[in-house]
Amino acid sequence: MLKVEAVDKSFGDFMAVCQANLSVDKGELVAVIGPNGAGKTTLFNLITGQLWPDRGRIIFKDEDISGLPAYEICKKGIARSFQIVNIFPRLTVFGNVQVAVLSQRRRSNTLFSPAQNLAVEETKSILESVGLSDKVTNIAGSLSHGDQKILEIAIALGNEPELLILDEPTAGMSPEETAATLGLIKNLAGSRGLTILFCEHDMDVVFSIAQSIMVMHQGQTLIQGKPQEVRENREVQEAYLGGG
Amino acid sequence: MFRGIIDRKSLWFIGAILIVLLILPPILPRFYTYILAVIFVTSLLAMSLNLVLGHGMIFQFHHGVFYGVGAYTAALMLSKTSLPMWIGFVAGPVVAALVGLLIGWFCVRLTRLYFGMLQISLGSLIWAIAFRWYSLTGGDDGIHGIPIPSLISSLNSSYYFILIILVICLVALYLILKSPFGTTLEAIRDNPQRCEAVGVNVRRHQLMAIVIATFFAGIAGVLFVVLEGSVFPDLLFWVLSLEVFIMCLLGGWFTFAGPILGAAIMVSLRTFVGIFTEYWTLILGVILILLIFFLPEGVMGYFLEKLKPQVREVAEGRGE
Repeated sequence: MLKVEAVDKSFGDFMAVCQANLSVDKGELVAVIGPNGAGKTTLFNLITGQLWPDRGRIIFKDEDISGLPAYEICKKGIARSFQIVNIFPRLTVFGNVQVAVLSQRRRSNTLFSPAQNLAVEETKSILESVGLSDKVTNIAGSLSHGDQKILEIAIALGNEPELLILDEPTAGMSPEETAATLGLIKNLAGSRGLTILFCEHDMDVVFSIAQSIMVMHQGQTLIQGKPQEVRENREVQEAYLGGG
Repeated sequence: MFRGIIDRKSLWFIGAILIVLLILPPILPRFYTYILAVIFVTSLLAMSLNLVLGHGMIFQFHHGVFYGVGAYTAALMLSKTSLPMWIGFVAGPVVAALVGLLIGWFCVRLTRLYFGMLQISLGSLIWAIAFRWYSLTGGDDGIHGIPIPSLISSLNSSYYFILIILVICLVALYLILKSPFGTTLEAIRDNPQRCEAVGVNVRRHQLMAIVIATFFAGIAGVLFVVLEGSVFPDLLFWVLSLEVFIMCLLGGWFTFAGPILGAAIMVSLRTFVGIFTEYWTLILGVILILLIFFLPEGVMGYFLEKLKPQVREVAEGRGE
């Protein structure tokens, strides 16, 4: 479904991503792992159009999407959440998700019709599915960090994506929240038939839920394979898993 | 069309204010009626700016240009052509919106302060045209004695005309803000990057907001012509743009009606303090300093906050 082929991106002299390869099949739960600064977030930014690659190709559903602006890529069916909370702090929780739903339905430019009567069902059902339905009218900026991270995911769901990209969905969460969020992600993959690409620091988490794992090191792809293969790979052990 | 976006209490309140404004002119001295009409025109100008400023965080530093363009267009059509009056009235906002589209098309490529700086430069070009092109615009003298249709040429009738147009425009602006377009605009204000990531073409959306805002500024310009019967280059000068900008901040730029309050305060200050001293801007400066320290959300923002203590406590109780 998604194929990243030999993508490079440098900032000045620094090669943030160099020769990155990744493939995601429909319905898979794919993880990208790597130490801090390995280029995981940059890679995600390249896929979703926040950054444009210097070289290489990004193919989504047999179409080259590299170099398209972020809003076009979103309309092709890729939605994402961000590592650092990236929401609409002055809008309500409901408004946050509704903006995405309205955009998905091509209603963002509708002028003389109250927004609050539009896309209500859809928005509420998304908020219910992530467990935020009791905070619908709260101002998003006043939520706890954990809830804001969940809201991140809810906004991305508003775009009805085929591929959902989650950049460290549990960053900064307590162990309980992390467990709940992982349950949520697994659940979403099952109930909505989503393909999910995520990156995560907690190795136990990654090896327990991912079906395929890509390891990045200094901007490069070391390997992509099943959890078992990755665990047994010597290069990975040396670079990342502390020599096994 | 209004289902669920306005409550009964506010409607009663607005209705009461409207009735007072409708019965005032025959009672008030002419001068006060005139000042009220000036406040109406200025309110519409400030409200149009706040659509992009407070609700879109687009730093439209030179909004006065579009007010001036609207006024000059109407003035030229009324005084130099024999076209029907209403064409001049419609042409004002339309030309203002076209100029808004043109200037905005360049400016939306930049953000925040850079946007504002480019806009001041491009806007000043238009001011220079109005100021220098004597044969067309009358240069620094402007155009005087513009023939206004007799139906709305007396002070009281122009007052009512301006009030009616103002109300129509405010209703339209309110609907726009509550529409998906307005919600998306506020989302862009909060977080343009995220908005792009949910599939919104941010620049195009901002450009559309600018065109709408400049259209309403053009209407305010036409109303100015109706009230004064003259135009002059100061209408497009950056000082006026700055004043309008301050009105939005003063009234409360994150509220809907704040700019109206800001316009009322500014016009009153200029009129009544201006009688006693030429340096009324000195008092304005002091007010601005106090505003920044004590009412960062503006006068209206402050009172709305006071009126809803329970909402704030809930937000604070969550501890973020």
